[in-house]
Amino acid sequence: MAYIKAISYYLPEHVVTNEDLIAEFPEWSVDKVAKKIGVYSRHVAAEDETAGDMAEKAARKLFEEHDINPQDIDFIMLCTQSPDYFLPSTACLLQNRLGIPSSSGAFDYNLGCSGCVYGLAMATGLIEAGIAHNVLLITSETYNKYLHPQDKSNRSIFGDGAAACLVSNNGFAKIEKFVLGTDGSGANNLILKTGASRNPQPTGKCVVDDQEHIWRDDYLYMNGGAIFNFTLDTVPRLLNELLEKNKMTTSNVDYYVFHQANAFMLNALRKIVQIPKEKFYINMEETGNTVSSTVFIGLKDAMERCDIKPGMKVMIAGFGVGLSWGGTILSFTK
Amino acid sequence: MTLEEFVKGFAELFDETEPDEIQATTVFHDLDEWSSLTGMAVLAYVKSITGRTISPAELRECVTVEDVYKLSMIR
Repeated sequence: MAYIKAISYYLPEHVVTNEDLIAEFPEWSVDKVAKKIGVYSRHVAAEDETAGDMAEKAARKLFEEHDINPQDIDFIMLCTQSPDYFLPSTACLLQNRLGIPSSSGAFDYNLGCSGCVYGLAMATGLIEAGIAHNVLLITSETYNKYLHPQDKSNRSIFGDGAAACLVSNNGFAKIEKFVLGTDGSGANNLILKTGASRNPQPTGKCVVDDQEHIWRDDYLYMNGGAIFNFTLDTVPRLLNELLEKNKMTTSNVDYYVFHQANAFMLNALRKIVQIPKEKFYINMEETGNTVSSTVFIGLKDAMERCDIKPGMKVMIAGFGVGLSWGGTILSFTK
Repeated sequence: MTLEEFVKGFAELFDETEPDEIQATTVFHDLDEWSSLTGMAVLAYVKSITGRTISPAELRECVTVEDVYKLSMIR
Protein backbone atom coordinates (compact mmCIF):
# COMPACT_ATOMS: atom_id res chain seq x y z
CA MET A 1 0.00 0.00 0.00
CA ALA A 2 1.17 3.51 -0.78
CA TYR A 3 0.54 6.69 1.14
CA ILE A 4 1.12 10.39 0.78
CA LYS A 5 3.50 11.27 3.57
CA ALA A 6 4.24 14.95 2.96
CA ILE A 7 3.43 17.81 0.58
CA SER A 8 5.12 21.19 0.13
CA TYR A 9 5.11 23.72 -2.65
CA TYR A 10 7.10 26.62 -3.99
CA LEU A 11 5.84 29.68 -5.84
CA PRO A 12 8.25 32.05 -7.60
CA GLU A 13 8.91 35.43 -6.01
CA HIS A 14 7.62 37.60 -8.84
CA VAL A 15 3.88 38.24 -8.72
CA VAL A 16 1.84 39.55 -11.65
CA THR A 17 -1.38 41.13 -10.39
CA ASN A 18 -4.49 41.91 -12.40
CA GLU A 19 -3.57 45.58 -12.02
CA ASP A 20 -0.32 44.78 -13.84
CA LEU A 21 -2.33 43.17 -16.64
CA ILE A 22 -4.73 46.14 -16.82
CA ALA A 23 -1.71 48.42 -17.27
CA GLU A 24 -0.67 46.33 -20.27
CA PHE A 25 -4.18 45.86 -21.69
CA PRO A 26 -6.14 48.98 -20.67
CA GLU A 27 -9.00 48.14 -23.05
CA TRP A 28 -9.55 44.75 -21.44
CA SER A 29 -12.04 44.32 -18.59
CA VAL A 30 -9.74 42.02 -16.69
CA ASP A 31 -11.59 42.61 -13.40
CA LYS A 32 -14.76 41.11 -14.82
CA VAL A 33 -12.83 38.22 -16.29
CA ALA A 34 -11.02 37.74 -12.98
CA LYS A 35 -14.28 37.42 -11.12
CA LYS A 36 -15.29 34.56 -13.42
CA ILE A 37 -12.01 32.71 -13.72
CA GLY A 38 -11.14 33.28 -10.05
CA VAL A 39 -7.56 34.54 -10.46
CA TYR A 40 -6.42 37.88 -9.03
CA SER A 41 -2.67 37.38 -9.10
CA ARG A 42 -0.23 34.71 -10.18
CA HIS A 43 3.44 33.95 -9.61
CA VAL A 44 5.75 33.96 -12.60
CA ALA A 45 9.21 32.39 -12.72
CA ALA A 46 12.14 34.76 -13.16
CA GLU A 47 13.78 34.81 -16.58
CA ASP A 48 16.67 32.68 -15.35
CA GLU A 49 14.54 30.44 -13.13
CA THR A 50 13.69 27.07 -14.66
CA ALA A 51 11.26 24.31 -13.75
CA GLY A 52 14.33 22.44 -12.46
CA ASP A 53 15.18 25.34 -10.15
CA MET A 54 11.62 25.52 -8.86
CA ALA A 55 11.51 21.74 -8.41
CA GLU A 56 14.68 21.93 -6.31
CA LYS A 57 13.18 24.68 -4.16
CA ALA A 58 9.92 22.74 -3.66
CA ALA A 59 11.88 19.62 -2.69
CA ARG A 60 14.08 21.56 -0.24
CA LYS A 61 10.92 22.99 1.35
CA LEU A 62 9.55 19.47 1.64
CA PHE A 63 12.71 18.27 3.37
CA GLU A 64 12.75 21.25 5.76
CA GLU A 65 9.05 21.44 6.59
CA HIS A 66 8.69 17.71 7.18
CA ASP A 67 12.16 16.88 8.52
CA ILE A 68 12.92 14.51 5.65
CA ASN A 69 16.46 13.31 5.01
CA PRO A 70 17.28 13.33 1.27
CA GLN A 71 19.34 10.21 1.91
CA ASP A 72 16.09 8.33 2.52
CA ILE A 73 14.73 9.05 -0.98
CA ASP A 74 15.15 6.17 -3.41
CA PHE A 75 13.22 7.45 -6.45
CA ILE A 76 12.66 10.86 -8.05
CA MET A 77 9.93 11.61 -10.57
CA LEU A 78 9.55 15.01 -12.10
CA CYS A 79 6.43 15.96 -13.98
CA THR A 80 7.18 18.84 -16.33
CA GLN A 81 6.55 20.09 -19.85
CA SER A 82 9.20 22.76 -19.45
CA PRO A 83 12.33 20.70 -18.68
CA ASP A 84 15.72 22.37 -18.31
CA TYR A 85 17.07 20.45 -21.32
CA PHE A 86 15.81 18.09 -24.02
CA LEU A 87 18.23 15.68 -22.40
CA PRO A 88 19.10 14.57 -19.80
CA SER A 89 16.03 14.28 -17.61
CA THR A 90 15.87 17.19 -15.19
CA ALA A 91 15.15 14.59 -12.47
CA CYS A 92 18.72 13.29 -12.92
CA LEU A 93 20.11 16.77 -12.27
CA LEU A 94 17.87 17.04 -9.22
CA GLN A 95 19.35 13.83 -7.78
CA ASN A 96 22.71 15.54 -7.70
CA ARG A 97 21.49 18.95 -6.61
CA LEU A 98 19.39 17.59 -3.77
CA GLY A 99 21.98 15.13 -2.43
CA ILE A 100 19.78 12.11 -3.08
CA PRO A 101 21.67 8.77 -3.17
CA SER A 102 22.94 7.65 -6.58
CA SER A 103 21.20 4.32 -5.94
CA SER A 104 17.91 6.14 -6.67
CA GLY A 105 15.92 5.87 -9.86
CA ALA A 106 15.02 9.16 -11.56
CA PHE A 107 13.09 10.28 -14.61
CA ASP A 108 10.96 13.08 -16.00
CA TYR A 109 7.56 12.51 -17.46
CA ASN A 110 5.77 14.87 -19.81
CA LEU A 111 2.23 15.58 -18.67
CA GLY A 112 0.36 18.71 -17.66
CA CYS A 113 -2.81 19.00 -15.63
CA SER A 114 -3.24 15.25 -15.13
CA GLY A 115 0.42 14.90 -14.06
CA CYS A 116 -0.10 14.86 -10.31
CA VAL A 117 -2.47 11.88 -10.51
CA TYR A 118 -0.25 10.00 -12.98
CA GLY A 119 2.74 10.57 -10.69
CA LEU A 120 0.85 9.17 -7.73
CA ALA A 121 -0.19 6.17 -9.86
CA MET A 122 3.40 5.44 -10.90
CA ALA A 123 4.74 5.98 -7.37
CA THR A 124 2.08 3.61 -6.01
CA GLY A 125 3.15 1.00 -8.58
CA LEU A 126 6.82 1.32 -7.63
CA ILE A 127 6.06 1.05 -3.92
CA GLU A 128 3.61 -1.83 -4.18
CA ALA A 129 6.07 -3.73 -6.41
CA GLY A 130 8.82 -3.21 -3.83
CA ILE A 131 10.96 -1.32 -6.35
CA ALA A 132 11.09 1.85 -4.26
CA HIS A 133 10.17 2.86 -0.71
CA ASN A 134 10.30 6.65 -0.66
CA VAL A 135 9.36 8.30 -3.93
CA LEU A 136 9.95 12.02 -4.29
CA LEU A 137 7.28 13.16 -6.73
CA ILE A 138 7.75 16.71 -8.00
CA THR A 139 5.50 18.71 -10.32
CA SER A 140 7.00 21.88 -11.75
CA GLU A 141 5.88 24.07 -14.61
CA THR A 142 6.81 27.41 -16.16
CA TYR A 143 4.03 27.74 -18.75
CA ASN A 144 4.43 31.51 -18.64
CA LYS A 145 7.65 31.14 -20.61
CA TYR A 146 5.54 29.58 -23.41
CA LEU A 147 2.93 32.35 -23.53
CA HIS A 148 2.91 35.13 -26.10
CA PRO A 149 3.08 38.54 -24.38
CA GLN A 150 -0.19 39.51 -26.11
CA ASP A 151 -2.01 36.33 -25.05
CA LYS A 152 -3.91 38.01 -22.26
CA SER A 153 -6.37 35.13 -21.73
CA ASN A 154 -3.74 32.55 -20.92
CA ARG A 155 -1.56 35.07 -19.10
CA SER A 156 -4.48 35.78 -16.79
CA ILE A 157 -5.06 32.07 -16.09
CA PHE A 158 -1.66 30.41 -15.79
CA GLY A 159 0.74 30.81 -12.90
CA ASP A 160 4.13 29.14 -12.47
CA GLY A 161 4.81 26.90 -9.52
CA ALA A 162 6.16 23.61 -8.23
CA ALA A 163 5.01 21.06 -5.68
CA ALA A 164 6.85 18.21 -4.00
CA CYS A 165 5.22 15.15 -2.51
CA LEU A 166 6.70 12.20 -0.66
CA VAL A 167 4.97 8.91 -1.46
CA SER A 168 5.87 6.13 0.91
CA ASN A 169 4.61 2.92 2.53
CA ASN A 170 3.16 4.97 5.39
CA GLY A 171 1.77 8.48 5.68
CA PHE A 172 -1.33 10.59 6.24
CA ALA A 173 -3.39 9.54 3.22
CA LYS A 174 -3.70 6.08 1.71
CA ILE A 175 -3.80 6.13 -2.08
CA GLU A 176 -6.68 4.00 -3.35
CA LYS A 177 -7.49 2.77 -6.85
CA PHE A 178 -6.95 4.83 -9.98
CA VAL A 179 -8.81 5.58 -13.18
CA LEU A 180 -6.66 6.96 -16.01
CA GLY A 181 -7.49 7.94 -19.57
CA THR A 182 -6.14 9.47 -22.77
CA ASP A 183 -7.54 10.89 -25.99
CA GLY A 184 -4.76 11.94 -28.33
CA SER A 185 -7.30 13.02 -30.95
CA GLY A 186 -7.64 16.24 -28.95
CA ALA A 187 -3.89 16.97 -28.91
CA ASN A 188 -4.25 20.12 -31.00
CA ASN A 189 -6.54 21.73 -28.45
CA LEU A 190 -3.69 22.45 -26.07
CA ILE A 191 -0.35 22.48 -27.80
CA LEU A 192 2.92 24.26 -28.45
CA LYS A 193 3.75 23.17 -31.96
CA THR A 194 7.31 24.26 -32.57
CA GLY A 195 10.68 23.80 -30.91
CA ALA A 196 10.76 20.00 -30.73
CA SER A 197 11.43 17.38 -33.42
CA ARG A 198 8.25 17.68 -35.52
CA ASN A 199 8.73 21.40 -36.17
CA PRO A 200 12.19 22.32 -34.87
CA GLN A 201 12.21 25.88 -36.20
CA PRO A 202 9.74 28.65 -35.32
CA THR A 203 7.21 29.18 -38.11
CA GLY A 204 5.88 32.60 -37.11
CA LYS A 205 2.49 31.30 -38.24
CA CYS A 206 -0.70 32.46 -36.60
CA VAL A 207 -4.37 31.86 -37.38
CA VAL A 208 -7.64 32.89 -35.76
CA ASP A 209 -9.50 30.04 -34.06
CA ASP A 210 -13.22 29.26 -33.54
CA GLN A 211 -13.43 31.72 -30.67
CA GLU A 212 -11.57 34.59 -32.33
CA HIS A 213 -8.39 33.82 -30.38
CA ILE A 214 -5.04 33.85 -32.12
CA TRP A 215 -3.36 30.47 -32.48
CA ARG A 216 0.37 31.06 -32.75
CA ASP A 217 2.48 28.03 -33.67
CA ASP A 218 5.43 29.22 -31.62
CA TYR A 219 3.57 29.74 -28.35
CA LEU A 220 1.29 27.74 -26.14
CA TYR A 221 -2.18 27.54 -27.64
CA MET A 222 -5.33 26.50 -25.84
CA ASN A 223 -8.71 26.11 -27.52
CA GLY A 224 -10.63 27.15 -24.42
CA GLY A 225 -14.04 26.00 -25.67
CA ALA A 226 -12.80 22.58 -26.76
CA ILE A 227 -10.97 22.03 -23.46
CA PHE A 228 -14.07 23.19 -21.62
CA ASN A 229 -16.22 20.68 -23.52
CA PHE A 230 -13.65 17.93 -22.95
CA THR A 231 -13.74 18.59 -19.22
CA LEU A 232 -17.53 18.64 -18.99
CA ASP A 233 -17.70 15.39 -21.00
CA THR A 234 -14.84 13.51 -19.37
CA VAL A 235 -14.76 14.43 -15.70
CA PRO A 236 -18.33 13.34 -14.82
CA ARG A 237 -17.54 9.96 -16.40
CA LEU A 238 -14.22 9.82 -14.54
CA LEU A 239 -16.02 10.56 -11.29
CA ASN A 240 -18.47 7.68 -11.81
CA GLU A 241 -15.72 5.26 -12.83
CA LEU A 242 -13.71 6.19 -9.74
CA LEU A 243 -16.67 5.60 -7.47
CA GLU A 244 -17.32 2.24 -9.07
CA LYS A 245 -13.70 1.12 -8.97
CA ASN A 246 -13.36 2.11 -5.32
CA LYS A 247 -16.78 0.64 -4.44
CA MET A 248 -18.10 3.98 -3.21
CA THR A 249 -20.98 6.35 -3.79
CA THR A 250 -20.90 10.14 -3.70
CA SER A 251 -22.23 9.94 -0.14
CA ASN A 252 -18.89 8.35 0.89
CA VAL A 253 -16.79 11.12 -0.61
CA ASP A 254 -16.17 13.87 1.93
CA TYR A 255 -14.28 16.32 -0.25
CA TYR A 256 -13.15 16.89 -3.83
CA VAL A 257 -9.90 18.47 -4.98
CA PHE A 258 -9.91 18.69 -8.76
CA HIS A 259 -7.34 20.32 -10.99
CA GLN A 260 -7.74 24.09 -10.58
CA ALA A 261 -8.08 24.92 -14.27
CA ASN A 262 -10.13 28.04 -13.68
CA ALA A 263 -13.05 28.82 -11.38
CA PHE A 264 -15.47 29.31 -14.26
CA MET A 265 -14.91 25.79 -15.55
CA LEU A 266 -14.90 24.28 -12.05
CA ASN A 267 -18.21 25.93 -11.21
CA ALA A 268 -19.78 24.62 -14.42
CA LEU A 269 -18.40 21.16 -13.69
CA ARG A 270 -19.56 21.23 -10.08
CA LYS A 271 -23.11 21.97 -11.17
CA ILE A 272 -23.11 19.17 -13.73
CA VAL A 273 -21.84 16.56 -11.26
CA GLN A 274 -24.02 18.05 -8.50
CA ILE A 275 -21.40 18.33 -5.79
CA PRO A 276 -22.26 20.75 -2.96
CA LYS A 277 -20.13 23.89 -2.87
CA GLU A 278 -18.75 23.18 0.60
CA LYS A 279 -17.31 19.85 -0.52
CA PHE A 280 -15.65 21.19 -3.67
CA TYR A 281 -12.32 22.95 -3.49
CA ILE A 282 -11.91 26.11 -5.55
CA ASN A 283 -9.03 28.42 -4.72
CA MET A 284 -6.69 29.83 -7.29
CA GLU A 285 -7.00 33.52 -6.47
CA GLU A 286 -3.32 34.05 -5.78
CA THR A 287 -1.74 31.20 -7.71
CA GLY A 288 -3.67 30.86 -10.96
CA ASN A 289 -3.60 27.55 -12.78
CA THR A 290 -0.20 26.05 -11.93
CA VAL A 291 -0.84 23.05 -14.22
CA SER A 292 0.38 19.80 -12.61
CA SER A 293 0.82 21.39 -9.17
CA THR A 294 -2.75 22.59 -8.53
CA VAL A 295 -3.96 19.38 -6.88
CA PHE A 296 -1.02 19.18 -4.46
CA ILE A 297 -1.30 22.89 -3.63
CA GLY A 298 -5.06 22.43 -3.16
CA LEU A 299 -4.64 19.39 -0.89
CA LYS A 300 -2.15 21.23 1.31
CA ASP A 301 -4.31 24.35 1.44
CA ALA A 302 -7.48 22.37 2.22
CA MET A 303 -5.70 20.49 5.01
CA GLU A 304 -4.38 23.72 6.50
CA ARG A 305 -7.88 25.25 6.40
CA CYS A 306 -9.26 22.03 7.97
CA ASP A 307 -11.59 21.48 5.03
CA ILE A 308 -9.86 18.12 4.84
CA LYS A 309 -9.76 16.39 8.23
CA PRO A 310 -8.40 13.04 9.43
CA GLY A 311 -10.60 10.12 8.44
CA MET A 312 -11.98 11.82 5.33
CA LYS A 313 -12.17 10.30 1.86
CA VAL A 314 -11.09 12.78 -0.78
CA MET A 315 -11.45 12.44 -4.53
CA ILE A 316 -8.70 14.03 -6.61
CA ALA A 317 -8.72 14.42 -10.40
CA GLY A 318 -6.52 15.96 -13.06
CA PHE A 319 -7.46 16.63 -16.68
CA GLY A 320 -6.07 18.60 -19.59
CA VAL A 321 -3.25 18.64 -22.15
CA GLY A 322 -2.86 15.37 -24.04
CA LEU A 323 -5.73 15.10 -23.78
CA SER A 324 -5.15 13.19 -20.59
CA TRP A 325 -7.05 12.58 -17.38
CA GLY A 326 -6.87 10.62 -14.16
CA GLY A 327 -8.20 10.40 -10.67
CA THR A 328 -7.99 8.50 -7.41
CA ILE A 329 -9.38 8.46 -3.89
CA LEU A 330 -7.26 9.45 -0.92
CA SER A 331 -8.26 7.90 2.42
CA PHE A 332 -6.95 10.20 5.14
CA THR A 333 -5.85 8.29 8.21
CA LYS A 334 -7.62 8.91 11.52
CA MET B 1 -37.85 22.84 -23.74
CA THR B 2 -39.59 25.58 -25.71
CA LEU B 3 -37.75 28.26 -27.64
CA GLU B 4 -39.08 30.85 -25.21
CA GLU B 5 -37.70 28.97 -22.19
CA PHE B 6 -34.38 28.48 -23.96
CA VAL B 7 -34.06 32.20 -24.75
CA LYS B 8 -34.87 33.10 -21.12
CA GLY B 9 -32.09 30.79 -19.85
CA PHE B 10 -29.72 32.08 -22.54
CA ALA B 11 -30.33 35.68 -21.39
CA GLU B 12 -29.49 34.70 -17.80
CA LEU B 13 -25.94 33.81 -18.89
CA PHE B 14 -25.21 37.52 -19.28
CA ASP B 15 -24.31 39.77 -16.35
CA GLU B 16 -24.74 43.23 -17.86
CA THR B 17 -27.00 42.78 -20.86
CA GLU B 18 -30.65 43.39 -20.00
CA PRO B 19 -32.73 40.21 -20.45
CA ASP B 20 -35.14 41.97 -22.85
CA GLU B 21 -32.21 42.76 -25.15
CA ILE B 22 -31.96 39.05 -25.85
CA GLN B 23 -34.64 37.58 -28.07
CA ALA B 24 -34.79 34.54 -30.33
CA THR B 25 -33.71 36.72 -33.25
CA THR B 26 -30.81 38.43 -31.44
CA VAL B 27 -27.46 38.22 -33.24
CA PHE B 28 -25.66 37.30 -30.05
CA HIS B 29 -22.08 37.59 -31.36
CA ASP B 30 -22.73 41.32 -31.79
CA LEU B 31 -23.66 41.92 -28.15
CA ASP B 32 -21.13 44.11 -26.32
CA GLU B 33 -20.86 41.58 -23.53
CA TRP B 34 -20.23 38.62 -25.83
CA SER B 35 -16.84 36.99 -25.22
CA SER B 36 -15.27 33.55 -25.38
CA LEU B 37 -16.19 33.13 -21.70
CA THR B 38 -19.86 33.81 -22.47
CA GLY B 39 -19.48 31.32 -25.31
CA MET B 40 -18.31 28.70 -22.85
CA ALA B 41 -21.26 29.53 -20.61
CA VAL B 42 -23.50 28.77 -23.60
CA LEU B 43 -21.74 25.43 -24.18
CA ALA B 44 -22.32 24.52 -20.52
CA TYR B 45 -25.93 25.76 -20.68
CA VAL B 46 -26.71 23.58 -23.69
CA LYS B 47 -25.05 20.59 -22.07
CA SER B 48 -26.92 21.06 -18.80
CA ILE B 49 -30.36 21.19 -20.46
CA THR B 50 -29.95 18.72 -23.33
CA GLY B 51 -26.88 16.65 -22.42
CA ARG B 52 -25.63 17.50 -25.91
CA THR B 53 -22.11 18.81 -26.50
CA ILE B 54 -21.88 21.53 -29.13
CA SER B 55 -18.44 22.54 -30.33
CA PRO B 56 -17.04 26.09 -30.37
CA ALA B 57 -17.01 25.82 -34.19
CA GLU B 58 -20.72 24.90 -34.26
CA LEU B 59 -21.52 27.79 -31.93
CA ARG B 60 -19.58 30.14 -34.16
CA GLU B 61 -21.76 29.11 -37.11
CA CYS B 62 -24.91 30.12 -35.24
CA VAL B 63 -26.12 33.63 -35.89
CA THR B 64 -29.19 34.04 -33.70
CA VAL B 65 -30.20 32.59 -30.35
CA GLU B 66 -32.79 30.53 -32.20
CA ASP B 67 -29.98 28.94 -34.24
CA VAL B 68 -28.38 27.77 -30.99
CA TYR B 69 -31.74 26.43 -29.83
CA LYS B 70 -32.20 24.46 -33.05
CA LEU B 71 -28.66 23.09 -32.83
CA SER B 72 -29.18 22.11 -29.20
CA MET B 73 -32.38 20.27 -29.92
CA ILE B 74 -30.92 18.06 -32.67
CA ARG B 75 -30.66 14.55 -31.33
